[in-house]
Amino acid sequence: MIKIKDLHASVEGKEILRGINLEVKEGEVHAIMGPNGSGKSTLANILAGNEAFEITGGSVEYVGKDLLDMTPEDRAREGVFLAFQYPIEIPGITNATFLKTAINEIRKYHGGEEITAKEFMAMIRNKAEILGMSDSMINRYVNVGFSGGEKKRNEIMQLLMLDPKLALLDETDSGLDIDALKVVSEGVNKFRSEKNAVILVTHYQRLLNYIVPDYVHVLSKGRIIKSGGKELALELEEKGYDWIKSEQLEENPA
Amino acid sequence: MSDMKVVEDLTQSEYKWGFVTNIEAESAPKGLNEDIVRFISMKKEEPEWMLEWRLKAFREWKKLPEPDWAKVKFNKIDYHDVVYYSAPKVKPTLESMDEVDPELRETFEKLGIPLDEQKLLAGVAVDAVFDSVSVTTTFKETLKEKGIIFCSISEAIKEYPDLVKKYIGSVVPPKDNYFSALNSAVFSDGSFVYIPKGVRCPMELSTYFRINAQETGQFERTLIVADDDSYVSYLEGCTAPMRDENQLHAAVVELVTHDNAEIKYSTVQNWYPGDKDGQGGIFNFVTKRGMCEGVNSKISWTQVETGSAVTWKYPSCILKGDNSIGEFYSIAVTNNYQQADTGTKMVHLGKNTRSTIISKGISAGRSDNSYRGLVKIGKNATNARNFSQCDSMLMGDRCGAHTFPYIEVQNQTGQVEHEATTSKVGEDQIFYLNQRGIETEDAVNMIVNGFCKEVFNELPMEFAVEAQKLLAVSLEGSVG
Repeated sequence: MIKIKDLHASVEGKEILRGINLEVKEGEVHAIMGPNGSGKSTLANILAGNEAFEITGGSVEYVGKDLLDMTPEDRAREGVFLAFQYPIEIPGITNATFLKTAINEIRKYHGGEEITAKEFMAMIRNKAEILGMSDSMINRYVNVGFSGGEKKRNEIMQLLMLDPKLALLDETDSGLDIDALKVVSEGVNKFRSEKNAVILVTHYQRLLNYIVPDYVHVLSKGRIIKSGGKELALELEEKGYDWIKSEQLEENPA
Repeated sequence: MSDMKVVEDLTQSEYKWGFVTNIEAESAPKGLNEDIVRFISMKKEEPEWMLEWRLKAFREWKKLPEPDWAKVKFNKIDYHDVVYYSAPKVKPTLESMDEVDPELRETFEKLGIPLDEQKLLAGVAVDAVFDSVSVTTTFKETLKEKGIIFCSISEAIKEYPDLVKKYIGSVVPPKDNYFSALNSAVFSDGSFVYIPKGVRCPMELSTYFRINAQETGQFERTLIVADDDSYVSYLEGCTAPMRDENQLHAAVVELVTHDNAEIKYSTVQNWYPGDKDGQGGIFNFVTKRGMCEGVNSKISWTQVETGSAVTWKYPSCILKGDNSIGEFYSIAVTNNYQQADTGTKMVHLGKNTRSTIISKGISAGRSDNSYRGLVKIGKNATNARNFSQCDSMLMGDRCGAHTFPYIEVQNQTGQVEHEATTSKVGEDQIFYLNQRGIETEDAVNMIVNGFCKEVFNELPMEFAVEAQKLLAVSLEGSVG
């Protein structure tokens, strides 16, 4: 589904990604782990088209297209979804209006019909139930006055509503208590299918108890320094990131 | 289109003809002196008392200084280089929409104005059905049955002199300010509404079509009186872009509510703001004031201002009756080189009077947008309350937003709250919406509409929809 080749990126002249190589296929869940400042969130934001970062090299092929050549809105319409680490508040616009607009924009792009009010309401009620959200949130303004946990839940709500091909989850677990974590994970698991893929970025292993990845990659200083199966996450949790860093040093002495 | 809207439109086409019959085609020479005032009064076949009233206003005007306190800059106006009376021009009637300027048509499309209305606005001959006399008559009869008077102010001066004499200048005295004095001396036309005791006006009254069918000139005068226990909702203006050869506009609007009466006055104003470089555009200097004369009465101003090169406008309420309520809901948008200095005055005189001010200013381009508001609580206004909220939104980094609140409290029991915020349409907000498949221009519209929500909620439904589209058109291309 997506092939990232030797991707380099910087912000304000500082290089953050220094040659990322990653391939994700349909039906797969990849976890990207790493210490703070390793470039995890940058990677997710760049794939979604955040222009705050400058791409200085490499390529990204997504469903056979040049992803880096597409506007952020076209990436979204082509099925790239970013669940934000810090979801933005939009005063005066209800979740319902926002989601309906998004769904219709995506449908329009693919030459489809607008969603009917009835269809939309049935869909949103169903998704809200999965995530244990009350009906009243449908008419609340997007993220305004939401707690940290509610905002994250709302991101997953959007994920389920928009049903993208590629979900990028940027530290979706941060700020969640264990109950919320379970609910959000359940939402993501409901989303998983043979037709889509998930790249989830996280600092901690605990999310991976609930969303079990097929692959785990460790990112450090803008490079993937180790890849493995789901057991790699457990090893990391046990030994800490310094373990890999020192292992790397032994393999590639400076 | 709802039935209501059809009826409303038809009334207005009625007015279009009403005005034409009163005035012959002839213009006054440039300049202003007593002879010009006499000429205007004569042209309008006014009674002697009206002429005297105008002359008195003119003499006051000569004594008044031109105000310079607003945060606006423009070249000094030469008041002797203005034509103060010209017969309304009947726009040439075009055969079909194909003859209308494509740019104007595009704007109509964006605003979603129905085709029949587009034709009216552009001066294209309208379908016979739409202009049907019988429906118009039905509408007029409905109002008449209820005893409601809704006519041009010129007609009212002749037909209802006692009412006009009693109320004109009672809220905005001619010598109130420079522009009100000027208007009082030379006002061209406007509307008059009287709602009798205990009557709830069954439809929204509107000036929409009258103004568009013809240029009524730059000195409009409106007077609305709601007698005891009555209610009326009045709509002024139009979302379609309005161009006018007259650069200076100085209107006066007076509202009076008696015991338990309510007037809701909504404005959508879109005068030509000048081009992208700040050339041309209308100077809009308006005095709007409402007097809550009776107990438990209420006046509510809602305005959406997107036009004019320079706006100087403070719709105000004098809360004289005990328990009376004043409200001001405003959206002011400035783009390119536009300047707006607008706000309100809430003067609390009676006991338990309450006022609410919600002002939303949006600045883009190199424009300057100021909120200026006075809340005054007089010494007899026991338990008066005010809540003010002034929010500014900036687009880009070359525009300005300013807030000038003035608060005078002379009674210890008064409560005044003022909240102000300034925000910027952020890249991160836009990216968030982009990431959900919404393109930048639509994202900005969404953010702006959300910001203005509280004010849109106060507008009659159809007006609100039009106003939202108008905002989108006004801010086109201001981000990215």
